[in-house]
Amino acid sequence: MTSIAVRGPGVGTAGVLAALRLRGRLWLLALTVTVWVAVWAATRGTHTLEIGGATLTDAHQWFRARAGWVENAASAGTNPLFALANGVADALNGLIEFLQRLFTVPEFPRPYPEVGWVGVVAIAAWVTYAVAGWRSLLVVVPSFLAFGFLGYWEDSLDLLIITGVSVTIALAVGIPLGVAMAHSKNVSAILTPVLDVMQTMPSFVYLLPLSIIFGIGSAAATIVTLIYATPPVVRITAHGIRSVSPSTLEATRSLGQSAWQRLRNVEIPMAKPTIIVGINQTTMAALSMATIAAFIDSPGLGQPVLEGLRRGQLGASAVAGLAIVIMAIMLDRTTTAASVRAERAARAGGDDRRRRRLVLGAGGVLTLGAVWVSHTQVWANPFPAGPDLGQPIADAVDRVADWLRSDLSALTTSVQEAFTNLFLNPVQDLVANSPWYVTAAGLLAVAVIAGGRFALAAAAICLAGLYYLDLWNNAMVTLTSVVTATVFTMLVGVVLGVWMGRSGSADRAIRPLLDAAQTIPPFVYLIPILILFGPNRFTAIVAGVIYAVPPATKLIADGIRGVAPTTVEAAESAGASWWQMITKVQVPMARGALLLATNQGLLYVLSMVVIGGMVGAGALGFDIVTGFRQETMVGRGLAAGVAIVLLGIMLDRITTYGARRTRSSVPAH
Amino acid sequence: MKTRQTQALLGCVALTAVAALAGCGSDIENKDTAAGASDCGTVDMAVNPWVGYESNAHVVGRVAETEFGCTINYVDLDEQTSWKGFGTGDVDVVIENWGHPELVKKYVEGDGTAQLAGQTGIQGIIGWYVPPWMAEEYPDITDWRNLNKYADLFETPESDGKGQLLDGDPGYVTYDEALVKNLDLDYKVVVGGSEAALIEAFRSAEENKTPLLAYFYEPQWLFNELDLVKVELPKYTPSCYQDPQEIDCDYPPYDLNKVVAADFAESASPAHDLVANFQWTAEDQNTVSKMISEQGMDPDEAADAWIADNSDKVDSWLS
Repeated sequence: MTSIAVRGPGVGTAGVLAALRLRGRLWLLALTVTVWVAVWAATRGTHTLEIGGATLTDAHQWFRARAGWVENAASAGTNPLFALANGVADALNGLIEFLQRLFTVPEFPRPYPEVGWVGVVAIAAWVTYAVAGWRSLLVVVPSFLAFGFLGYWEDSLDLLIITGVSVTIALAVGIPLGVAMAHSKNVSAILTPVLDVMQTMPSFVYLLPLSIIFGIGSAAATIVTLIYATPPVVRITAHGIRSVSPSTLEATRSLGQSAWQRLRNVEIPMAKPTIIVGINQTTMAALSMATIAAFIDSPGLGQPVLEGLRRGQLGASAVAGLAIVIMAIMLDRTTTAASVRAERAARAGGDDRRRRRLVLGAGGVLTLGAVWVSHTQVWANPFPAGPDLGQPIADAVDRVADWLRSDLSALTTSVQEAFTNLFLNPVQDLVANSPWYVTAAGLLAVAVIAGGRFALAAAAICLAGLYYLDLWNNAMVTLTSVVTATVFTMLVGVVLGVWMGRSGSADRAIRPLLDAAQTIPPFVYLIPILILFGPNRFTAIVAGVIYAVPPATKLIADGIRGVAPTTVEAAESAGASWWQMITKVQVPMARGALLLATNQGLLYVLSMVVIGGMVGAGALGFDIVTGFRQETMVGRGLAAGVAIVLLGIMLDRITTYGARRTRSSVPAH
Repeated sequence: MKTRQTQALLGCVALTAVAALAGCGSDIENKDTAAGASDCGTVDMAVNPWVGYESNAHVVGRVAETEFGCTINYVDLDEQTSWKGFGTGDVDVVIENWGHPELVKKYVEGDGTAQLAGQTGIQGIIGWYVPPWMAEEYPDITDWRNLNKYADLFETPESDGKGQLLDGDPGYVTYDEALVKNLDLDYKVVVGGSEAALIEAFRSAEENKTPLLAYFYEPQWLFNELDLVKVELPKYTPSCYQDPQEIDCDYPPYDLNKVVAADFAESASPAHDLVANFQWTAEDQNTVSKMISEQGMDPDEAADAWIADNSDKVDSWLS
């Protein structure tokens, strides 16, 4: 795909020409919208392809028949593919049950699991020291104690087990695939669309079929997690290997190394820091599946989150959500520290290593001792019941919720109403209430102006798909909400990102909040935003923004920080004010990061469509939830899942090609 | 050499510390094997996502554990997934089923992986509800014929200039679009999307005295907190449900029942008879649900508390 980047104009007149092109495109976009509005005014409400909430068309029945076929084949068990799936499920369940018996589930007649909390903390500390260094102990040990004192010791360990097994398999499969992608254009061309589908297909769509194929519980939960969590490590590994400098490779080639030697001795070691970033991303993605997998009875912290939700106990849900956040931050910081250590370890001398081996040995003995003590002694096995930190936090959260409901919701509801009436309804009217062919023409025009002919082709294929899925109108309603949420994400992201990029202390203050917003299960903050805004599209948009702001902000902050210091100094000495510095220097120079942030923001917002369907967004998200819950609606749910993939690919291609064109028409700095 | 000596020394220190720790508490001893032996084995009990269901599940579960020594494995699942679990062997019991004729057709009459196991004694009601303050302020709002008169009260930015009828949980069947059309109501069905969304909508409507008309159902623990008032629709008749497009009367009452896996029914497990005999009242269920949702009790403890006060009912299930 790198081969299709549009070349920029030659040196000299480049700047002028580029500016003219950009301005020309903006004019064309404005013209498109004007024509669209004029046609809409004349044809509004006709040929919108709207269908009733319970309507099922032939396309939906076709999907339902396919789902029925999978179910019958799975229960018959004669198909070799399903027999293989059974074998995989048994192996996974066996492994996970073995780990659970070690750490969380007592096996009769033993009253407690084989290893108690003292042993677990010791093992965690020893492993942390081995892979990430002693500083990470200051994060890991308190985190484990927090799991216990919040009241979710077993659930936390269960989640760690499922995450650990999933991530291990994801890495074993994903890293070789990433290497293969980096070495072969063909592999890359085949895998890229597969990864796209894996990342954009809402998990609620494949939750049910997978739990039929692999059985309800741990095995299906692991597979669901794998589907969502493997793509990041594949993509990032491929990127890392591709970025190894060609001159280094050239040098090793002249030394006569074989391809395998080159991979082992040069490419992998040089790409290691990048690969560890991929491992980090895969781990975070795996954790974020925790609450979703709990819908098919996956053990772990997702269960108490959903339990609190169904019992109307927001506080209890929030405490379990907090434990997930702590786990996410712990794993994030440890894998990051491990990547730093990996770089240093390559350079470290013998003295350091000897000391390390000494401490590791002694620590190992201590750890074994702790495991033994926790195996035999009551005090070291079940986590102590007190002090209970969970209850006071749960009570405080419930008090805040009451306060929001009584004192704030009137104000916030009026904000929601004003926004919906003045902005959302008119835009949705244009996109969803135009005849379908008018909207299609409008979107195709936007695609070709922003992204060129490749974006046009992608958009045309995706829009045709939406048409044949019989979900056109719902897709347009969802598209409106997704684009609106992305605009808000970018507004918030630019403000926070610029601030963080310019000030180290702002970065340190905001980053933990972003981490928390990114990893707390959306089910936890759904209730507070429902209290504030009620069930409607606006609430769904807010949920999407909360989820998408952290990655967008982080990318923008990195981009701002990456602006060459010499440029900033030059502007400073020219007497630029801070406002000029931001608007004339830093933001324009970080344009690439901004475009990447928009692309990622769109995809993150899109992955919240199903959650949005649970709080009043209706449309595709609701279709998917209904398909998951009601047998008659299964076909429409599957069709809606495919529709979301198509929307995702269309938006991704338009922004990606658009970014390439813009980047290549701006003179390089 | 020096390293190895230090290592050995450190190891000795560590071992001494461990030995000291090991000596300062009580040893873990195995449970009495006799108490756990039973012919019941493990029962996989689905837990569908509402509190009334949890009450049924844990009361039956605790009785099975204490009387027959069963091990109850609670499986958190939605309705549809639970029924599919009968065939895969992951689920033995669904202890509160709301109708679901499509699932009965597919799994009881169709592939025979499920069997009906009698009624729970509770009737489920589905309908349209308003918050208590509205019923007080507009007493005649509870008659569907007056709904059009109040339609503008219920207008929201979501409802296209009509009154908003908030629909909810994607797990339940709704005929609201047909009802609105066939009863000529000036309303638009807006989907809330989840039970949590409906509950929060009712809570904040009552707290802030804002209008709300929404699809809801009883028994539900929210009625312990808010006395939602049902709007009377035209009386239910079976003939009005012949064609889903033409429905113009109230939802039928659902006799909630129990469903078990065919394998489980044939296994002669004592737990199966218990499930088949289990029957109680909406009031019983509400007592347990209230302990779970309002007082935050563990479901097993709540079940034990109810069982202790109602030994006569429990005995009748065991005979």
